[in-house]
Amino acid sequence: MQVTKTERFPIRVQSDVVVVRQKVRNWTIELGLSLIDQTKVITAASELARNTLEYGGGGEVELASLKNDIGKNGLRLIFEDQGPGIPDINLALTDGYTSGGGLGMGLSGSRRLMNEFNIESEVGKGTRVTVIKWK
Amino acid sequence: MESQLATILKKNESKILSQWVEEQKKLGSTRVSNEDLISQCTNFLRLLIEGLQKNKSFSIAGTGWDPIRRCLDEVSRARGLLGFSPSETATFVFSLKLPIFSLLRQEIADSAQLTEETWNATSLLDQLGLYTTEAYQRTREEIIARQQEEMLELSTPVVKLWDGILALPMIGTLDSSRTQVVMESLLQRIMETGSEIAIIDITGVPTVDTLVAQHLIKTVTAARLMGAECIISGIRPQIAATIVHLGVDLAGVTTKASLADAFHVALARSGRTVTKVGGARSEKLRETRV
Ligand SMILES: Nc1ncnc2c1ncn2[C@@H]1O[C@H](COP(=O)(O)OP(=O)(O)OP(=O)(O)O)[C@@H](O)[C@H]1O
Ligand SMILES: [Mg+2]
Repeated sequence: MQVTKTERFPIRVQSDVVVVRQKVRNWTIELGLSLIDQTKVITAASELARNTLEYGGGGEVELASLKNDIGKNGLRLIFEDQGPGIPDINLALTDGYTSGGGLGMGLSGSRRLMNEFNIESEVGKGTRVTVIKWK
Repeated sequence: MESQLATILKKNESKILSQWVEEQKKLGSTRVSNEDLISQCTNFLRLLIEGLQKNKSFSIAGTGWDPIRRCLDEVSRARGLLGFSPSETATFVFSLKLPIFSLLRQEIADSAQLTEETWNATSLLDQLGLYTTEAYQRTREEIIARQQEEMLELSTPVVKLWDGILALPMIGTLDSSRTQVVMESLLQRIMETGSEIAIIDITGVPTVDTLVAQHLIKTVTAARLMGAECIISGIRPQIAATIVHLGVDLAGVTTKASLADAFHVALARSGRTVTKVGGARSEKLRETRV
């Protein structure tokens, strides 16, 4: 797998989430995703950016263009924070589980909206969520 | 040897000033009023001379050059707001080179010293010129950030479509505190007007994530407790598909593709229909044509 381009953006305040959505929109268009796939990726980005801000206490996102071994193009998003971490990842991924009065559908929904989904988290250290959409 | 720059500039201050102002007018700084231009130039030149008198070094990074940097912040800011380009803004400083260089040639006979002082002046003015483009950039970023905020905070009106039917056309991103305010004003208007049906149109909402969905569900539930039914319209196909994958349950909510469809349902529920004037006759016309 080959990374052809990357860019990072801060997620510190509410309006950063809006910026992240706009950037991700541009990247999905550049990748040539269908309108439905664009919307899926932007929505997942919105969920994960909001979690980074609300639960992770802020962090960063890295956008990356990918090309896999058979020449397929994709978009990878890595959301990273140095917040409290997630003690029970399976619980966090359960539909409807929320510790903050949300719908509890953000993480599990993002997993369904993307092709690849991975969470690394350590209590007291932080959380990193990596998602990929292939074209 | 000690630099004579400060002394030479001080002695010829008014001469430089008038040449500099003329130079800028020639280069087309006409969007700044004459008065402002003269006061900016006077101020800058005074601070430049003071800076040279106080500072040993020609590097503007030191705190000794704070006053002149602040002056440039203001000039760049004002020009940024007037729509100047970065290079037009930097011209403010760079156009000072010509008057200063020709003055140095007149004042300094020794060629080694002339080279030395010209170099000092160039280095200083280049730094100050570059500083204006940085300051300009900062101003633009501030403007963009503010505009983004303003877009977020666009007000959304609650409009009355018919007796007992309200509509809330939402436009823009929904995840600021604005959503709360907008939804509350809808509930308020439902109460004031005693409306039975409220249409929330989300055609202009680019992303519907779980937060937006939660706000919608809460509003629909609250309206129901007040005896009003909500219809959500403007759910585009890609949004519908995404909501399904997200796993958000809108089953208890009436949804329609367009505001027109929603209005139709609202009229029907309140026991009304819309017919064309002379509807029967035009129906017949169509029949005979077939
Ligand atoms: N970056 C993070 N750091 C720490 N905890 C997190 C992080 N992201 C998610 N969580 C935990 O996982 C839970 C589930 O997240 P999820 O996004 O699914 O739901 P939610 O954010 O609570 O509600 P919503 O449906 O509005 O997204 C959160 O309530 C939180 O406890
Ligand atoms: Mg969430």
